[in-house]
Amino acid sequence: MAKPMHPTPNLDQLESGPWPSFVTGLKRLAKDKDYMVDVLGHLEHSYQTRKGYWKGGTVGVIGYGGGVIPRFTEIKNEKGEAVFKDAAEFHTLRIMPPPGMHYDTATLRKFCDIWDKHGSGLIALHGQSGDIMMQGCTTENVQKAWDEINEMGFDMGGAGPAVRTSMSCVGAARCEQSCYDEAKAHKNVINAFLDDIHRPALPYKFKFKFSGCGNDCMNAIHRSDMAVIGTWRDNIRTDAEMGKKWFAKHGMNELVNDVVSRCPTKALQIKDAKDVRGVATGDAHISSVALNDSQCLEIDNKDCVRCMHCINVMTGALAPGKDKGASILIGGKSHLKIGSLMGTMVVPFMKLETDEDHEKLVELAKTTIDFFAENALEHERTGEMIERIGLVNFLEGIGLDIDANMVTQPRMNPYVRTDGWDDEVARINAKKAAA
Amino acid sequence: MAQAQRRAVECGVPDAAPFMHPTLLKNKGNWKYHDRPRPGVLHHVAHSGDQVWSVRAGTQRQMDTYTIRTLCDIADKFAEGHVRFTIRSNIEYMVADQKKVDPLIAELERNGFPVGGTGNSMSMVAHTQGWLHCDIPGTDASGVVKSMMDALYHEFKNEEMPNRLHLSTSCCEINCGGQADIAVIIQHTKPPKINHDMVANVCERPTVVARCPVAAIRPAMVNGKPTLEVDEKKCMCCGACYPPCPPMQINDPENSKLAIWVGGKNANARGKPQIMKMVASGLPNNAPRWPEVNKVVGDIIKAYKADARPWERMADWIDRIGWPRFFEKTGLPFTKYLIDDWRGSRSSLNASAHIRF
Repeated sequence: MAKPMHPTPNLDQLESGPWPSFVTGLKRLAKDKDYMVDVLGHLEHSYQTRKGYWKGGTVGVIGYGGGVIPRFTEIKNEKGEAVFKDAAEFHTLRIMPPPGMHYDTATLRKFCDIWDKHGSGLIALHGQSGDIMMQGCTTENVQKAWDEINEMGFDMGGAGPAVRTSMSCVGAARCEQSCYDEAKAHKNVINAFLDDIHRPALPYKFKFKFSGCGNDCMNAIHRSDMAVIGTWRDNIRTDAEMGKKWFAKHGMNELVNDVVSRCPTKALQIKDAKDVRGVATGDAHISSVALNDSQCLEIDNKDCVRCMHCINVMTGALAPGKDKGASILIGGKSHLKIGSLMGTMVVPFMKLETDEDHEKLVELAKTTIDFFAENALEHERTGEMIERIGLVNFLEGIGLDIDANMVTQPRMNPYVRTDGWDDEVARINAKKAAA
Repeated sequence: MAQAQRRAVECGVPDAAPFMHPTLLKNKGNWKYHDRPRPGVLHHVAHSGDQVWSVRAGTQRQMDTYTIRTLCDIADKFAEGHVRFTIRSNIEYMVADQKKVDPLIAELERNGFPVGGTGNSMSMVAHTQGWLHCDIPGTDASGVVKSMMDALYHEFKNEEMPNRLHLSTSCCEINCGGQADIAVIIQHTKPPKINHDMVANVCERPTVVARCPVAAIRPAMVNGKPTLEVDEKKCMCCGACYPPCPPMQINDPENSKLAIWVGGKNANARGKPQIMKMVASGLPNNAPRWPEVNKVVGDIIKAYKADARPWERMADWIDRIGWPRFFEKTGLPFTKYLIDDWRGSRSSLNASAHIRF
């Protein structure tokens, strides 16, 4: 039994209603822990005064420079003593989850046992960077909890100016739209940067995220410095039986309104079966799926941008091609300092099948981070650095050739010196000739 | 007494395979299609003929160990002891036997975990730490989310939206909650209040000066002590100076307001990914239930649900109807503060004669 609860009239109001209540969970923990009695008092004080009262500091584990988020209370009495003394320290351990956030219950129960013993008993699954967040631990217990978590085979995530914990979608494990082994890429890339995760020494944070297709369920293009997005080069695959089944269920109105007219590049057309192009008519880039015995949906794969919409609507009838791989976009980030940025396409396509393919991805990541470490200003994200130095300088720095897929449109102003034009054309032509 | 210090084993990200449900592991990379037999259930079929039903349920994200053990008990009973989590803190149970689906749903609901969040429903709000743990929060996250999910519970459990609807909350303008169809983000309205006695001891002043997006911060001397001052005419109250310099207090119980943003989209489906746009601000930080925020979010969702066509995300819907009608339909005022004047903002102005009447 713990000490008596502080009154929590504000938090009490968050116990009603149908959605699972975090307050009820906190109160359950407070039955046995003075620590959580004071955490509730601390949080109620924030609700009453509408301000936060945790400050950072320096807490860590032996050998690592990051991964623990230290929190010390700022609610003090006139003598400078903590008002909620049992919750004077409330540190978080960031732990990297398995790719795809799969767990067996033995592992989750072990986390619970360790955290009941050494911590608050409060675990967030998961933080916005993808960490298992073991929330609430005293300075004294951080190392003890970490030792046991580490013994389980789990490692700490990133914090501060470091490579951060990553996320990958469920992908190949359960999704027919997966275009590469997301879990493998995730593990390979992140585990190549353990030193940069555990000993923060970069200009600022660097995030990787892995999504298996353009649906980008991991929000990689916007939320990561380097986004690996699955795609394919050949034709959309089709299944006549499932196409007919879809059409019988949904009909022409839905086909036109929800599929054909929503294609962003007008790559879809409805055709009479006898008029459909394809390999037989010398149009190898055309794929088509039967809707019934006389009509087909025809896809011009040269116009398709792999947006995923038609495949999302007609799953099974349509599917990504077989020549799969990934596109790489660099420079996504949120508001501060210069405003939200989406990543920029820098590698339109790379294969990700063999170990060598995956090694190339790791090499690209290493080259990018080396360039970032050398060239970014303090507290400058990769996207901000590219904005400052220009995409061409960045590409030359990491040794990637320019490609028209990297822009929405060419330059709209004449403010550029072009006296190297002829040399550049000659270089491109020589490269083409050599290829 | 000195104990032997244990060195960390730098093991990195663990292999996912040992944690995966056996049917997923067996069919990895070999799935054919999926459908949704009911809200909250995904049914995937593999080329091998194997099938798996995934039952998705909402959680409170910040979970006590009792809650996690309860979720584990359910997994041991129905799902061969395996679960996974989605990016929006939903838990998923995979079962290879269709007969287990209904009893599993019943067990989850009986324990207070709503089943839903799939397809064209409103999924759980992606959220941050807030007052519970963050060092710079303007508001709470878990509380805002709890009050919104209570109000929109029906939309989580049913697939009645035009397309999927993703929400996020963020307790400062760093926006850890990320892009969303609707995002609730703190918007400060007053410059930081500076504790000049503390600045020199706590803050690395050149770093703080460099953080300001509008170069409004400069070194100064106050009462003979080195400190920083803010040009309040330039300051747009973003709060970027506060994390590196806590004596520059930006959070204010009255003047830190909440803003609503719409039309963020991460998917490449149909249009390209989009950055969300601010459509409302000045909402009070009204703990513990934030009724004013809930009202605006509810009104936007109501208008979207009533007017968007199938498969239109919030951004697609607004692209079709145009911004004037968005403000008309949601009843939100279009104020001068919503006309962008940050860098690159000319591209957000209407340079055409395109008007919808």
